[in-house]
Amino acid sequence: MNTNRTRGGIKVLIAKPGLDGHDRGAKIVVRALIDAGFEVIYTGLRQVPEAVAQVALEEDVDVIGLSSMAGSHVSYCRRLKASLLEKGLQDKLWIIGGSIPLRDQQALKEIGLDGIFPAGTRLEEIVDFINQRCK
Amino acid sequence: MTTQARKQVTGASKKRMDTSRPVFNESGIEIKKTYTADDLEASGGVAMVGLPGEYPFTRGIHKEMYRKRPWTMRQYTGFGNPEETNKRFKFLIENGQTGLNVAFDLPSQIGLDSDDELAIGEIGRVGMAVDSLRDFEVAFDGIDLEKITVSLTINGSAAIMIAMYLAMAEKRGYDISKLRGTAQNDILKEFIGRGTWIFPVEPSIKLVADTIEYCANHAPKYSPVSVCGYHIRESGADPAQEMAYGFAIAKAYTDLVLARGLDVDEFASRLSFNFNIYGNIFEQVAKFRAGRSLWAKIIKEEYGATNPRSMVLRMIAGGGGSGLTKEQPEVNIVRGAYYALISALSGAQTMALCCFDEAYTIPSEGAQRLSLRTMQVLIEEMGLCDTVDPLAGSYYVETLTNQMRERMEEIMQEVEAQGGIVRMVAEGTIQAKVSAQAYALLQDIESGEFPKVGINCYQMDEEEPEVEYHPYAEDDARRQIQRLDQLREERDSAAVESTLAKLTEDAGDGVNVMPAILAAVKAYATVGEMTDALVSVYGRYNEPVRF
Repeated sequence: MNTNRTRGGIKVLIAKPGLDGHDRGAKIVVRALIDAGFEVIYTGLRQVPEAVAQVALEEDVDVIGLSSMAGSHVSYCRRLKASLLEKGLQDKLWIIGGSIPLRDQQALKEIGLDGIFPAGTRLEEIVDFINQRCK
Repeated sequence: MTTQARKQVTGASKKRMDTSRPVFNESGIEIKKTYTADDLEASGGVAMVGLPGEYPFTRGIHKEMYRKRPWTMRQYTGFGNPEETNKRFKFLIENGQTGLNVAFDLPSQIGLDSDDELAIGEIGRVGMAVDSLRDFEVAFDGIDLEKITVSLTINGSAAIMIAMYLAMAEKRGYDISKLRGTAQNDILKEFIGRGTWIFPVEPSIKLVADTIEYCANHAPKYSPVSVCGYHIRESGADPAQEMAYGFAIAKAYTDLVLARGLDVDEFASRLSFNFNIYGNIFEQVAKFRAGRSLWAKIIKEEYGATNPRSMVLRMIAGGGGSGLTKEQPEVNIVRGAYYALISALSGAQTMALCCFDEAYTIPSEGAQRLSLRTMQVLIEEMGLCDTVDPLAGSYYVETLTNQMRERMEEIMQEVEAQGGIVRMVAEGTIQAKVSAQAYALLQDIESGEFPKVGINCYQMDEEEPEVEYHPYAEDDARRQIQRLDQLREERDSAAVESTLAKLTEDAGDGVNVMPAILAAVKAYATVGEMTDALVSVYGRYNEPVRF
């Protein structure tokens, strides 16, 4: 776990769900969010849903971001949703990026994802989304 | 609305508008407008060029190369359970594929059984699920392992999967001392990119040395390691770094095996390599030509090898996922054709050509067949197999080859100066470095500074294209768990327990664990059980995250 501390501001958790180890994108987003002035916590690889929810609770983050590259995001997000509800975190801004096919996006929205940023999304689009929604 | 639909339609890249600005390749070498004999001389001349099949092997590792035998075609394949994967293997072989390259699912890659809670939703998703030797028996059923060599893309659990492969082949009557095949088994690069580590760094590389030592003594034709610059490049390294870091890793494994008393000529010829291919054609060709001579020099001069076969850099190339785009995916067919061309011009022994749909899904049969046909067209129609190293003698290519070699040597020296690759990996400094470069590159792509067709130039308004998604079959996952339940009931549990106890004991004693793993594999112990035995001694890796 790595935390970049800034004063005040918006606090973002970036997590790598499941077993996949492709973290190039997650780390790029972490760097872009740090450059944009957010406080960022990066979990590293292989996070189970309960762990992500626990870190989100303990760190009192404003945003929970997932990076998924290996296709297991829908079932994972269902399980994470349960953990978030259990901890009363359902109102946090919840976003996901990575290899997210169009056909999964509706299911993810129904689960409660606020923002979906498939590979190829410009970094500023993610930054702007967080800024607008966390005003 | 998709992201793509919001993009502005743009024309040619900014970069081409100004002919006076300097041009650099990705490795940071400035490219001149014209090359002459003087440039070649200034870069070191032709001293390192030599002849194909002769030291320093710049021109290729065989005298006759593709004229004698075209490269092996080895598409990366595996999904669902072993039955499904076996069918796809046979489809590819029927379509002219000459080797297999096995994809494992994530639980198998990180040492979890299919009935592990952490495996939920991941069984068979990105590769074939393997729990025990029984799965290997099914996956390779009906495939002639002498005619079709098999490459296992496996790292964290590689010692176990190599043992399963050897045990399966032995059971089918093959002579292990003559068996060919390859395992990726390059754990150091997994810490940098790809991430299928299990144990901490030191025991992880100890396991790699165990496999090399075991194979040198018992399966001397088997290649227990394929050192991968590939994934380091995918994580953000430039082409010169890709190869330099790969060699630093290969040296780390070599040092460990030498420390056990083996002679370099007893195992170096079975070390193989896996490199990326996307990017500038000439930079790639120069990278491979330079890399071959540098590796030969390292093995000969630093390690004192005397057998020329120890000095050759055998490699698989042809992939390059980062070069492909989600945008206008059919353009990836064209990119793939160029990648295959580059691999052939570079003297690759094996190609695993990426498929145009892989930014979206596990490749369809049609996409895989198209990749095979792409290589077959090069072999049969384009004259790529007629003569060896056709770009040799070009002022540009030879100059760039010298410059790339020099750049790689500089990078290797930098690694040494920072305490060596093992230390850099353990501390996370190399991960931070390549990740920072990946970020910088993406910023250049977003600004248009680094042209990418379909992304920052020649874009089109497009909705997400029609792609044949590989279905994820929950039923296959359930069947895999049922089969595992059945195995646990049918096998001799006393034999499983005693072989696992021996494995734990050997791991604790610090001896080579391969014999104990083989015994456990033959008793049908599972991947998860064997991994847990090793974890009980080695512990688990704790990822250092640095920015």
